[in-house]
Amino acid sequence: MELTKEQEQAREAFKVFVNEHVAPHADAFDREQRIPEELIMLIAQTGYFGLIVPEQYGGKAGDMITYGLLCEEMGRGSASLLSLITVHGMVAQAILRWGSSAVKERWLRKLAAGEVIGAFALTEPNVGSDAKSVETIAVKKDGEFVLNGTKRWTSFGQRADLFLIIAQCEGKPTAFLLKKDTPGLSLEPIKDTFGFRAAMMAELTMNNCHITEDNLVGRIGFGVTHVATHALDYGRYTVGWGCVGLGRACLEASLSYTAQRVQFGTYLRKHQLIQHMITDMIVSVTAARLLCLNAGYLKDAGDPRTGMETSIAKYFASTMVVKAALDTVQIHGANGISNDYPVQRYLRDAKVMEIIEGSSQMQQIIIARYGYQEYL
Amino acid sequence: MTLDEIKAKVKPFLFKYIKKPDLKDDEDFFASKLINSLFAMQLVMFIEKEFKIKVEDNDLQIKNFNSIDSISALVTGKLGTQGG
Repeated sequence: MELTKEQEQAREAFKVFVNEHVAPHADAFDREQRIPEELIMLIAQTGYFGLIVPEQYGGKAGDMITYGLLCEEMGRGSASLLSLITVHGMVAQAILRWGSSAVKERWLRKLAAGEVIGAFALTEPNVGSDAKSVETIAVKKDGEFVLNGTKRWTSFGQRADLFLIIAQCEGKPTAFLLKKDTPGLSLEPIKDTFGFRAAMMAELTMNNCHITEDNLVGRIGFGVTHVATHALDYGRYTVGWGCVGLGRACLEASLSYTAQRVQFGTYLRKHQLIQHMITDMIVSVTAARLLCLNAGYLKDAGDPRTGMETSIAKYFASTMVVKAALDTVQIHGANGISNDYPVQRYLRDAKVMEIIEGSSQMQQIIIARYGYQEYL
Repeated sequence: MTLDEIKAKVKPFLFKYIKKPDLKDDEDFFASKLINSLFAMQLVMFIEKEFKIKVEDNDLQIKNFNSIDSISALVTGKLGTQGG
């Protein structure tokens, strides 16, 4: 697949941005467990938060391939930062797809500009993959909804201004927007996670949070089937591309290290067992990129197959990047487990990719069912 | 576009996902759990792409999507207001 001239130019700009502002500092982000506010503001000023938001809401109306290229570069620099692009985009896309005209007018321009940062709050202490069973409750009362419950592992929950909350309303999963300054909402930072340490995760507790009716996204009962499914599809797409970028980081680190390190009187790159690992990395990163390009192409075409192809891309890319990161650490030997090299971070972040936006096991269930539909 | 023409486009899509050849036009396939978690959005995208119409938030009612008859009625109504 060939990129257009505009996509090539965009990719180069993303690469320069990440090389300058992200990659050299990503280990520090990881240690300090936060993304600096100045970087978030810089991303906002550069227009990356509004890359695929329509022009009528202040976005750049970019295509999904270009968006994927941004995610690839962000994933190469910092998986935690990629996570910001992911969750912010999920909220914007959910509103764009299923928000009322008033909700779109109220939030999309601010989200596109990065004036407001969004976060997606589905997972709870007792509920992960079984999304329809969320325990957060929304009760309709006197022209308002009253939210009670707890959300956990919310990426950028420490920083977000606006949350997309999935809650049970009238016994059915439903999507709501909840502002950070809503009385009754409290946030507890989650620290020292295995990977995605700078993703500023938080636990959200809603204690009688009153929101007006116009904070409903979609309709009562459609919070998972339509709103969350749509948001997660975008999330998986960004994660798939982010894995391609992280895979590239693994490959580039491995190529560099093996070209300089000498053992048994010759460079590591000359050893065939090392070449085996390098070859697997090149092939798997290339394959993952092609799957992501395919998913992006189908998204731009509005093709209903894109959801499944995105699941396939995310599943493959996240699986491959764990293997690539394991091999990268192996190639680096003892240096690979030290803080002197970023590859231990790559491995920790890679593992998270298999869990977020639908675990590998959920993707396997979905893809297997698809197989029986498509090929039987 | 007539109702029969709409149904003729809807049925091949549905039967790709719903392995029930004797599915009746008024049969609720959502209630019968014949579909997977991605299907609801696939159906929305199919309707929009095939009939060049926009499904909006106020269309989100299960009665618009749960049978061949209901989907065809939704499309008919939208073609009347949005063209296509």
